[in-house]
Amino acid sequence: MADDELDLNSLSDADLLPQMHDDLYDGMADEIVEGTRILLDRGWDPQAVLNEALVEGMRIVGIDFRDGILFVPEVLLAANSMKAGMEVLRPLLVETGAKTIGKVVIGTVKGDIHDIGKNLVAMMLEGAGFEVINLGINTDAEEFIAALEEHKPDILGMSALLTTTMPYMKVVVDSLKERNIRDDYIVMVGGAPLNEEFGMAIGADAYCRDAAVATETAEALVLARRLTSGEDP
Amino acid sequence: MSPPRDRLLVIACGALAKELFDVIRLNSLDWVDVECLPARLHNTPDLIPAAVAQRLDSALGRYLEVFVGYADCGTGGTLDRVLEARRVERLPGAHCYEFFATSDVFAAIHDKEPGTFYLTDFLVKHFDRLVWKGLGLDRWPQLRDDYFGNYESLVYLSQIESPQLVERARAAASRLGLDFEHRPVGYGDLATTLVEVASRVPA
Repeated sequence: MADDELDLNSLSDADLLPQMHDDLYDGMADEIVEGTRILLDRGWDPQAVLNEALVEGMRIVGIDFRDGILFVPEVLLAANSMKAGMEVLRPLLVETGAKTIGKVVIGTVKGDIHDIGKNLVAMMLEGAGFEVINLGINTDAEEFIAALEEHKPDILGMSALLTTTMPYMKVVVDSLKERNIRDDYIVMVGGAPLNEEFGMAIGADAYCRDAAVATETAEALVLARRLTSGEDP
Repeated sequence: MSPPRDRLLVIACGALAKELFDVIRLNSLDWVDVECLPARLHNTPDLIPAAVAQRLDSALGRYLEVFVGYADCGTGGTLDRVLEARRVERLPGAHCYEFFATSDVFAAIHDKEPGTFYLTDFLVKHFDRLVWKGLGLDRWPQLRDDYFGNYESLVYLSQIESPQLVERARAAASRLGLDFEHRPVGYGDLATTLVEVASRVPA
């Protein structure tokens, strides 16, 4: 270690957490992995590491992205750092049987290969405790519907970056209606050229402008659905 | 000074300036004026509608006809709402790639390979500034595959014949790790649309 490098092990938990938020903000994946391992070695619960170190760090990144302080490259670096930390935590979360708060099937629609925002949403949803089935890119209606039937999620999430591909979201929603399964799922949409008006026009339940809003909206809509259906929230 | 009511004003993306002046010159449209907004708005489409609205509001009344030299350009219909409110038309299609190639040709390329990244003459000339540095790849080249990992090919839709630009486009494809294809498409719907709109202005 160079003399000017900070020894994360020397920090108390109270100092290590804000340091990890800074490292995440600066896209320092190696330091995030190291900090994650240190907290686990100190006996932290994997879910607590996820929430307090990684998700909280990305929440700060999200705020500064929304406010125009950070831009896409910096957010990508931060997201890659969070991903590196989650790779350490994921097997432990499975092992400890952490309870999921809902299930999401998510994909970029047919004709569109852009997935940066969609993957960020998927990661933040996973961080919030959702089980996420990520269908990838260029996903057609049949693939979405097959995944819904297989996984029975609470939420269908669709993403598009192109003005030319965003209308395909309506094709998927209409296909759900034709099969009388539209109301079985919460439909959430997002992507740079979309807006609230478009989301409502195609029959989605929510348009989300960024990953933080998507996570909050997903939590709120799943909770509301469970309460109205009499299920245990 | 009386307003130039016998002239057409085109408010356009700075990325189209050279091509617009080429079309005006080649078709002797000497009653057409051009005002450009910064080409860097290409990377921040959410800022385009307000910038166009501001420019339109200062031009309408000064000109008999005003036309907007943007496609939808990633504004998701927001630019169209600005234009509808002011009864102003724009270039057809979703992007400059589309109106240069013409819609049918562009749709065929995209349907064949959705993972296609497009360059025009302007974007080849300014690849470093708008694409490479614009995406932060000069500082973080490790992000290249985050941006372009799902792309397969780069198609250069050229406006003019220039072996130098073809080589620069080929080099850009190589830097992005993509296959390269060159399609000379000329000015496409930019020329046909501008000539048609200009013909409506009484001499």
